[in-house]
Amino acid sequence: EGLAKSGITLEQIEHLHRRFKQISGDQPTLRNLRQAPDGLADEINFEDFLTIMSYFRPVEMNMDEEQLDHFRKEKLKFLFHMYDSDNDGKITLQEYRKVVEELLSRNPHLEKESARSIADGAMMEAASICVGQMEPDQVYEGITFEDFLKMWQGIDIDTKMHVRFLNMEPIAHCH
Amino acid sequence: MQAKGSRAPSLRALPFLFIVAALLGLLPLLHSHGLQPNPMLASEPPHHYPAVISGSEPGDVTAAPHDVSQEIRPLPNRTSPGHVKYRKAFPVLGIDYTHVRIPFEISLWILLACLMKLGFHVIPSVSNIVPESCLLIVVGLLVGGLIKGVGESPPILKSDIFFLFLLPPIILDAGYFLPLRQFTENLGTILIFAVVGTLWNAFFLGGLMYAVCQISGTGLSHIGLLANLLFGSIISAVDPVAVLAVFEEIHINELLHILVFGESLLNDAVTVVLYHLFEEFANFEQVTVTDIILGFLSFFVVSLGGVFVGVIYGVIAAFTSRFTSHIRVIEPLFVFLYSYMAYLSAELFHLSGIMALIASGVVMRPYVEANISHKSHTTIKYFLKMWSSVSETLIFIFLGVSTVAGKHYWNWTFIISTLIFCLIARVLGVLGLTWFINKFRIVKLTPKDQFIIAYGGLRGAIAFSLGYLLDYQHFGMRDMFLTAIITVIFFTVFVQGMTIRPLVDLLAVKKKQETKRSINEEIHTQFLDHLLTGIEDICGHYGHHHWKDKLNRFNKKYVKKCLIAGERSKEPQLIAFYHKMEMKQAIELVESGGLGKIPSAISTVSMQNINPRALPVKRILPALSKDKEEEIRKILRNNLQKTRQRLRSYNRHTLVADPYEEAWNQMLLRRQKARQLEQKINNYLTVPAHKLDSPTMSRARIGSDPQAYEPKSDSGNLPIITIDPASPQSPESVDLVNEELKGTSCLPPSPEEDEEGLVMHMMEPSSPGTDNVFTPGASDSPSNQRMMRCLSDPGPQPEPEEGEPFIPKGK
Repeated sequence: EGLAKSGITLEQIEHLHRRFKQISGDQPTLRNLRQAPDGLADEINFEDFLTIMSYFRPVEMNMDEEQLDHFRKEKLKFLFHMYDSDNDGKITLQEYRKVVEELLSRNPHLEKESARSIADGAMMEAASICVGQMEPDQVYEGITFEDFLKMWQGIDIDTKMHVRFLNMEPIAHCH
Repeated sequence: MQAKGSRAPSLRALPFLFIVAALLGLLPLLHSHGLQPNPMLASEPPHHYPAVISGSEPGDVTAAPHDVSQEIRPLPNRTSPGHVKYRKAFPVLGIDYTHVRIPFEISLWILLACLMKLGFHVIPSVSNIVPESCLLIVVGLLVGGLIKGVGESPPILKSDIFFLFLLPPIILDAGYFLPLRQFTENLGTILIFAVVGTLWNAFFLGGLMYAVCQISGTGLSHIGLLANLLFGSIISAVDPVAVLAVFEEIHINELLHILVFGESLLNDAVTVVLYHLFEEFANFEQVTVTDIILGFLSFFVVSLGGVFVGVIYGVIAAFTSRFTSHIRVIEPLFVFLYSYMAYLSAELFHLSGIMALIASGVVMRPYVEANISHKSHTTIKYFLKMWSSVSETLIFIFLGVSTVAGKHYWNWTFIISTLIFCLIARVLGVLGLTWFINKFRIVKLTPKDQFIIAYGGLRGAIAFSLGYLLDYQHFGMRDMFLTAIITVIFFTVFVQGMTIRPLVDLLAVKKKQETKRSINEEIHTQFLDHLLTGIEDICGHYGHHHWKDKLNRFNKKYVKKCLIAGERSKEPQLIAFYHKMEMKQAIELVESGGLGKIPSAISTVSMQNINPRALPVKRILPALSKDKEEEIRKILRNNLQKTRQRLRSYNRHTLVADPYEEAWNQMLLRRQKARQLEQKINNYLTVPAHKLDSPTMSRARIGSDPQAYEPKSDSGNLPIITIDPASPQSPESVDLVNEELKGTSCLPPSPEEDEEGLVMHMMEPSSPGTDNVFTPGASDSPSNQRMMRCLSDPGPQPEPEEGEPFIPKGK
């Protein structure tokens, strides 16, 4: 099944299962814990949990070029979906703004305008990377997945987006 | 240096070479001057002139070679002490060389070093092939040969001078500017390489050399095991100076750089322990188990003790800097002195001075930088770089000179086998350790990486100085050791240093990322970090982030309050950065008068392109300038939860590039455009209808003398942007928004509001006409605002746009 494709070992699956049970309180599904009715699903079961976790696998040494590329795309796609909250295939300015606002929410000194300007600036930059020169009347709809890939070109997502599955002790769930 | 032609730099270099040659010629002359004995002053006490630099053979510990002075004016005859009948003429001009000899010679040497450095950059062609360190050694050889040729004994790099004066600046520079993220991320790897790797090298080499010595017929069988082990421990340490000198020029990627460099720094503890251990043991008849255990313990004492000493001094320095707000001028001195004291204190107790120095630099830096003024910060930066550059140059030159000066004992077997085994030991060590380390690393070290790490194991002056310290009594073969050490140093620096650059190119090792990060990158990586932290939490894994977070929280809660002065402990460093940046931009703009060339590749992407709905009128808005970008980046970096940061490129000699210095022309262009736009835009903005002004009046008012507009309380759907520049809480948002305003002057409305155009309200302190642009930070916000007004102010009476009335609303 899909688990084989995701490449996690049996041991890791066991770990994750234990953790899943701990978080969910032995229920078969995890509730959507967000306050607002955000997101697409209300509950996820273990298989979904596993699928998501599989995106965070570290890169293995014995992967070849094609596998690496596929791997990278998978991870980036996951990230892309996190930005693209309405799931229409592109990150619009509003969505981007929202992301930046939330990221900057830690500092109470920063006003919303700054976050907005930052998002605007970032969007402009993205547009200039992806499209280059634009006429004043052209409109840049949003960052599509291809553009997203382009933006991530210089960065090594493979080395960053991973979690050590080596040892995951089930710790007390304190929240 | 871009040479206009290949001729020009060589021609320009000629005067330098002449000066250098003159200086070189001066040295032996002065030496011979001092040598002429004067029987009159034979009773001068010899230790009056401590021979710091002057050459002396190793046997002369309290050397005072030229302890007589040459005086032209004749002295009263000593033989008849009582009766001075002879009256001398008043000396109009006299030479008293011995009086200034020591400082004079020191200065001459340093001057020589600096001129050499200068010369290499004037003639770029050579320095592209040969690393600077090699050239410097060659120069040292030449100078040494010259001095010897004149008949003098050239100075040898004394260990005291090296360890007390030449080494600390380099290490402090390295420690103060240590890229801490990369360092801590790879700390495990670095430690393993430093400790285990050096131990392996020392024992492997020592053991093998002992075996070689036992081979009959080489004449070396008198060298015992312990002596060999001592030799092994001296020669096995990777040298930070050499590594820095060579790796800097090849611009290798940050990971490898920090691995090799970190290893070279941290192996000092091991070297110190092993050195003292074997030196002591060489006197013993037998080595018992207790001794070995004690040696093992002493390693921990030395390393952790060194770090502890460094941390103490670092904290004290940070605490001191909290109170220096009144005497800004001596702030840099505190940094230097405390660090140096840390080094000396550690050396006092035979702890690892290098680790103390690094620890103190690392610990004091964040707090000191929050406390000291911008100028002090620049001073510290420049001084450290200056001293470390000069030190490094001097070290290499002296290595060359010492090679010529020292007594050598060449034994083919010993030296050649040392060389070979050194290389083998290094390669084997790296391979074995990497195999072990890769089990625990996420980012594995590829064979290419391993090769570079092995190849980058350069030896340098530390090994030489340690060898020099050896006592002749116990180690009769000291000369041979020294010769071997010098040979290995030469080999690694010359051969490996020269070939590493083409090899790096050949193997296509990843180089330092030259491109600046974009805002998008920043946002994405921060986002990713948050994501990862969340995932780690879900997994229940106490990873890197967890501990880092804990440390940060502890830092914020307790430590920062103590060590950072006043309210700055709560201030995000962003604010200070903005003020400084704005100030600098203003100064630059004023100085240049607003001229600028159009840079070739401007992206014409504008707000229009990404959010076309909002604007009532089409206009072209400039894209983000680089300095704006930098601001944004800074905001992001400093306000987002720092879970894990990217590797930044680190080059010791290039000071951190000022972002605004780069973007100078672009910024000018932007400002120019902004000013032009401002005029246009001011006409297009809506004014609240209840202000009964004629359009012209309002236009004039906005343009020239903004007063506080009260926002319409029931304006309903009009999105309102209020800027309060004088508000202390959010200057950075002001600066950014104001910056935006100057450039764009039109932000799209928030989605929940109707798009009806913008109302811009500016609340500014009404104190126009102040031309004191350079108020140094006293009241930053108002002065900033004044400056910005000055910059954005088109003038008291803007030219009315020809016949274009106000567009009341975006209808």
